Amino acid sequence: MAIAEQAVRVEDKLYQNRYLVDTGRPHIKVMPHEVPSAALLALTKVCPAGCYALNDSGQVEITPDGCMECGTCRVMAEATGDIEWNYPRGGFGVLFKFG
Amino acid sequence: MIEERFDAIVVGAGPAGNACALTLAQRGLKVLQLERGEYPGSKNVQGAILYSDALEQLIPDFREDAPLERHIIEQRLWMMDDRSTTAMQYRSDDFNEEKPNRYTIIRAQFDKWFSKRVQAAGALVICETTVTELVQDDTGRVIGVRTDRVGGFIKADVVVLAEGVNGLLGARAGLREVPAPKTVALAVKEMHFLPQETIEARFNLKGDEGVVIEAAGTITKGMTGTAFIYTNKESLAVGIGCLISDFAETGETPYGLLERFKAHPSAVPLLSGSEVKEYAAHMIPEGGYRAIPKLFGDGWLVVGDAGQFVNAVHREGSNLAMTTGRIAAETIAQIKTRRDPMTAENLAIYKKKLDESFVMKDLKKYKNLPHALENKHLFTTYPQLLSSAMQTWFRVDGVEKKAKENAIVKSFFSARRFTGLVSDAFSMARGWR
Repeated sequence: MAIAEQAVRVEDKLYQNRYLVDTGRPHIKVMPHEVPSAALLALTKVCPAGCYALNDSGQVEITPDGCMECGTCRVMAEATGDIEWNYPRGGFGVLFKFG
Repeated sequence: MIEERFDAIVVGAGPAGNACALTLAQRGLKVLQLERGEYPGSKNVQGAILYSDALEQLIPDFREDAPLERHIIEQRLWMMDDRSTTAMQYRSDDFNEEKPNRYTIIRAQFDKWFSKRVQAAGALVICETTVTELVQDDTGRVIGVRTDRVGGFIKADVVVLAEGVNGLLGARAGLREVPAPKTVALAVKEMHFLPQETIEARFNLKGDEGVVIEAAGTITKGMTGTAFIYTNKESLAVGIGCLISDFAETGETPYGLLERFKAHPSAVPLLSGSEVKEYAAHMIPEGGYRAIPKLFGDGWLVVGDAGQFVNAVHREGSNLAMTTGRIAAETIAQIKTRRDPMTAENLAIYKKKLDESFVMKDLKKYKNLPHALENKHLFTTYPQLLSSAMQTWFRVDGVEKKAKENAIVKSFFSARRFTGLVSDAFSMARGWR
C-alpha cells in the first residue's frame, strides 16, 4: 500500500521564510516564447519554491519572490536559452534564519 | 569603489571561503572577502553536519565558542519501502569523548561565528555585495572582480572562487561549465522545532548527544536520492534530495516528496507535534571525481562546492570545502613568500597538493559510483525485496524455516533474475572499489 499522497501548498512552506524582495528587479527572467520548452514545463514541477507556472495563454511565467536561490532552474534551463539567471543584488533575496 | 589592491579576493563566505580567507589572513596576506548575504551564513544551506577534523586544523579551540548543536553518538541507515524500514544502527559511547568527531550545526549561526574568526585574523569582510564579474586582462588572466556596488573593479593578485555549487562567475568567465543536471542533486529541508526534552526522549539521548538518520528507498519514488533527519538541540532538520535530471524526468515536486517522507510511518512518531520554522532548498554536487572542473588558472583558483568537492557516499562536503580552502590559501601564501606571480604554472601546486590529500584520494576511490547509483532498482526493487524478506523471516506463522529461506531467495531471482543480480552487484562493487 502506498503512502497517502497529500496536496501540498508550497506557499504555506515559503510563508515561514524571510525575504527582502528587490521590487521591480527580478533576478531570473523567462525568455519570451510561444510554446514552452520541455525544460520550462518541467520547472513548473521541479522548482522547489513553485516560482514557475503556466499562464492562461500557455506560456511559462516566473514570479521569483519566493525563490530560495538554489540554482536548479539555472542548471536545467540556462544553457537551453530559456531563462536568464543572476543572483539578486547584495543583501536582497532570501534571508535564511537557520539555513 | 575600493582603490586598494589586495593580495587575494575570496568570493563567498561559506566553509571553503572562510577557511581560505582565515588561512590567508593568518599568513599575513591582505585579503578581501566578499559575501552577497546580509551576514555570512544568511544564504547558506546544509543538513548540517560538521566534521571536527577539518575545522580543528584551522581553529584548534573551536569547541570553546562555536555554536554547535549536538555531538553525534549514533548513526542510523534506513532502507525504506512505503510501509517498512530496515535499519542499521551504530551507537557508541566512544563518541562521548573529550573532543567529539562530528556535530550537528545550524549553518546561519555557524558561518557567522566562523566569519568573526576570519575578521579577527585580519581579513576585510564585506557583506551585501554580489560579485557580478571576474575581470580578465587581454591574456585571460584574472586581475580582479566587479561587484554590484557603484564604482570600478577591485584588483587582486589572485581571486579565489568559493562561490558555491551554483557559482556564476567561473562559468560566465568560461573557466568551467555549469554543472549538468545529472551531476547535481536538489535537496529541500525543513527545520522542525520541538522541546529539547522531547527530542532527547524520542531519540534516546542525554545532554548534547545527537543522532543522524540517513534514509534511502522507495521514498524517492525510484529517483536517485536520499533523505535525512538530523537532531539539533531544539530542532530536527528533515530533508530529502534527488538528482535534478531525475526530478526533470519524473515531474515529481521536491516539496511533495518531502511531505511523503514526513508522512512515512517510521518518520511520523519522530516529528509529531513539531513546529516548522523554515523551508530551504539547495543544490548538492553529486558527480564526484569525474565532474571536477578545471581548478586553477592565471590569477584564479576554485574551492569547495564550486569545484564539486563532495563525497556523495560518505555525505562529506563541508570538510572538503574547508580543506580545499585551506590548501588553496597555503598555496597562495607559499607563492607570495617566494614573490612569484600567481600564474597557472605556479598555482598548479594547489592541484598537486589536493591529489596528495584525502580529498582527491577519496573522490577518486568512488569515481564510478555516481554511475552505479543511477541503477533505479537500488531505490525501488531492492528496498522492497529487503522489506519482504525481513517480514517473511520475522513473522511467525507456522511456515517451516526452510520454505521461508527458499521464498526469500526466489523473490530476489524472480525480481532481477540471475544476470540482473550479478550485474547490480558487479557495478556496485566497481563503484565502491
